[in-house]
Amino acid sequence: MEYEVVIGLEVHVELKTESKAFCSCPTTFGSEPNTNVCPGCLGLPGTLPAINQKMVEYGLKTALALNCTINPYCLFERKHYFYPDLPKGYQISQQTLPLAVNGYLSVYIEGREKKIGINRVHMEEDAGKLLHVGEYTLVDCNRAGVPLLEIVSEPHINSSQEARAYMEKLRTILLYLGVSDCKMEEGSLRCDVNISLRPKGSEASGTRIEIKNLNSFRSLQKALEYEIERQRAILERGGAIEERATMAWDEEREITYPMRTKEESLDYRYFPDPDLLPLVIDPQWIEEIKRELPELPDARCQRFQEQYGLPPYDAGVLTSSKELADYYEGVVSLYPEPKTVSNWIMSEFLRLLNAYNLEPHEAPVSPQKMADLLHLLKKEIISTKIAKQVIEEMFATGKGPEDIVREKGWVQISDVEALEAIVEEVLAAHPKVVEDYRKGKEKALAFLVGQVMKATQGKANPNLVNRLLKEKL
Amino acid sequence: MEIYQLTAHELKALMERGEVRAVEVVQAFFKRIEQVEDKVKAFITLTPEQALEQARAVDETRREGRDPGCLAGIPIALKDNLCTEGLTTTCGSRILAHWQPPLEATAVSRLRKAGAVILGKLNLDEFAMGTTTQTSAFYPTRNPWDLGRVPGGSSGGPAAAVAAGETPLALGSDTGGSVRQPAAFCGIVGLRPTYGRVSRWGLVALASSMDQIGPLARDVTDCALVLEVIAGRDPLDPTSLPIDPEPYSKALVPQVQGIKVGIPREYLERAEPGVKEGVAQALKRLEELGARCEEISLPHLEPALVAYHIIAAAEASSNLARFDGLNFGLRVSGRDVEEMYCNTRGQGLGPEVKKRLILGTYFLSKGRYQDYYLKAVKIRTLILQDFRKAWERFDLLATPTTPTVALPFREETFPPLENYHSDIFTIPPSLAGLPALSLPCGWSQGLPVGLQLIGKPLQEPLLLQVAYTLEQAIEFRRARPILEVS
Repeated sequence: MEYEVVIGLEVHVELKTESKAFCSCPTTFGSEPNTNVCPGCLGLPGTLPAINQKMVEYGLKTALALNCTINPYCLFERKHYFYPDLPKGYQISQQTLPLAVNGYLSVYIEGREKKIGINRVHMEEDAGKLLHVGEYTLVDCNRAGVPLLEIVSEPHINSSQEARAYMEKLRTILLYLGVSDCKMEEGSLRCDVNISLRPKGSEASGTRIEIKNLNSFRSLQKALEYEIERQRAILERGGAIEERATMAWDEEREITYPMRTKEESLDYRYFPDPDLLPLVIDPQWIEEIKRELPELPDARCQRFQEQYGLPPYDAGVLTSSKELADYYEGVVSLYPEPKTVSNWIMSEFLRLLNAYNLEPHEAPVSPQKMADLLHLLKKEIISTKIAKQVIEEMFATGKGPEDIVREKGWVQISDVEALEAIVEEVLAAHPKVVEDYRKGKEKALAFLVGQVMKATQGKANPNLVNRLLKEKL
Repeated sequence: MEIYQLTAHELKALMERGEVRAVEVVQAFFKRIEQVEDKVKAFITLTPEQALEQARAVDETRREGRDPGCLAGIPIALKDNLCTEGLTTTCGSRILAHWQPPLEATAVSRLRKAGAVILGKLNLDEFAMGTTTQTSAFYPTRNPWDLGRVPGGSSGGPAAAVAAGETPLALGSDTGGSVRQPAAFCGIVGLRPTYGRVSRWGLVALASSMDQIGPLARDVTDCALVLEVIAGRDPLDPTSLPIDPEPYSKALVPQVQGIKVGIPREYLERAEPGVKEGVAQALKRLEELGARCEEISLPHLEPALVAYHIIAAAEASSNLARFDGLNFGLRVSGRDVEEMYCNTRGQGLGPEVKKRLILGTYFLSKGRYQDYYLKAVKIRTLILQDFRKAWERFDLLATPTTPTVALPFREETFPPLENYHSDIFTIPPSLAGLPALSLPCGWSQGLPVGLQLIGKPLQEPLLLQVAYTLEQAIEFRRARPILEVS
């Protein structure tokens, strides 16, 4: 039987506000345990929460970028459970009336657009962290109270590939907005998935499994691939999927394993937090934020195609990160040959960024230096081959292309007399090849060009070498 | 007249005229405490050294000709659910028996800034859950008028201490009547301000949507004096109102001419005859003074009591979830964290608190939420509507504060239902967030009877003015319980 895969994602995003959601403690990552804490986020008796405006602003930005409807007023509610990393015994969250509902984001799978619905965007506070040391468990409350957005998709995702594309797109949008660092390895972007299979064409939903602990795009995709196959195998042999099970992803063994069943799941006893009045969102504020939204990835991708005449693939890659797109536009403004710039960025520049594990804005090669390099190439002062060596050097040393070319003596030889002498030598040294060429063996020319390049350590102007060889032959 | 018999404003005048020093005042009250505290048991913690030091500083400031603040040198004691930095704050519970908060309630720091001298922390029902001060984990407080009776609760410590002359002023908290009911039982004045008038920062929460801090004192002027110091917007409490306090004490004029007072029929009928009589007398006096009293119906009295207990228990079950033995307070270990939770809460909390937490948890649980919590919230809306309608015709409402006079002590784990009904008249204004005040207005069975005045939101000035006028006319102020001095 053929099965349809149904996937929904619950993404938690840590907002990079300076202070926590309901107190003024800093949100800095990696501080000494329990140093970014106050009576408020430690849940001491007598303390009260006060809403961080910035959190709401970032939430609104995100919701608007995800095409959501903002609720005219929303409620903060308390979600109760006892756990050592939860100081108050409840988490301030939103359930009944979240910040925003009913949005979507577009992913592109093999060039085709697919809109994935967003069910809701709500604000909540993060919990602390448990550290297991020998037989003890220690609690670090630095993260307790850090503002989170929970973004819940509709179950519109039908493959692991789509799930990954959704997640990557969401991350790109969040980075464009500047509301989160989105560092999955530090936990500032986390994701849980719900997945079920049902016979193709069926309307009934299958038994849903939740997978937690997915810390990278790769594990998201791998875990889903594994889980889809696992469930398919169970269904195919006529078995039943575990009811409401929660699985975790084992990064090492690349398998999912059961965490706890939801049968013993908790009753969170949500109710409106009486310490926080309903939050009324001023429509004017929404308009203001709308006006100030930056250009988002899809719009920018479209513009790159129209303004620079780039193919959709190039535009897609270049706008996949805000920094990369900014970088591209920086170079193009100084060297207005959009396709050439795109080629260089998508090949050499991205390869070296990866090799050095850098973000575009951290690269030692500034847009100015990149443009300088392309100018040297255009003026035929260096060859493409040398240019590739130069950019390597630029990454390694941080120097400008002119300096490198001068220091290394890499200036292209375009001096006819100098080259003529070398050409003569090469012809004299390879009489057999010369003969082959004259008999009509075209390939022989390439060999001779190669020999001239070798003799000049690649500095000869290749067009000139070609012309001279042809003349002599 | 002894110093301990004077009101705060009388002490203030004496000190300002240089006739008595702050140190003498503070010493006089500690002497009184020494004499009667064994009988009354109003305090949990006494801070004589710090108090004397504060008093000396006030005298010094005054001697240097600088302004020592509007409550300079005036003793005050605090209900022990108000956080005092570095000073044990127990909430009358074993679970916080040794807890020293790193924070101070905004109301308390405002009092300190005004120069008030803190004598110590006062007994209460555990986590303010009760109407008798018997659920305190430490000991019950006695009613100074009759040691065989309860002082009321949950601010029983504050009310008894003021009535016994152990302090001229006290700060309590009122959720369903915890300031007004003990004030009525102990024959003193207790004010619950409009919800949001006083910051709740540093008040250990019982039911956040109703908790308010309020003064208890011997007369209306003293209550006004404290209110003008503690009221006003506090950024630490987002539910505090952005309204500056006024000099309430200076605006007190004996004038009630033409003021329209509504008398809710249902309330008066539900009071025992002696209380009804006392209140009727006071209302008659009010009419003679020029007020226009008229009957009105506020029909949702019984449902209000039920709604209150559901909402209060639900909020309390949530607010007290933090007492898990982890970050502060008592911890009783166990084999694992679950068992540690159970041991800590099992041994740290008393039976009345447990009962309410279990009920509150039930009211919020799946399937019950709609039937209990949401219904209670709807009843609350009905009560708001009752009041709104009343304000179309009246400036104020007047009721008995309690259906009975102070109740006798009973040694039972769970108090009789009667005790829960003791708040029935004070609960509706609590649910509606209205300011209300209890004024001693007469006697029944030799015990004080309290008159409750309820005002429109933020109408404390009118409330205080009418109470003041009546207070001047009925001459209850000087009545003091006779406590044999040991």
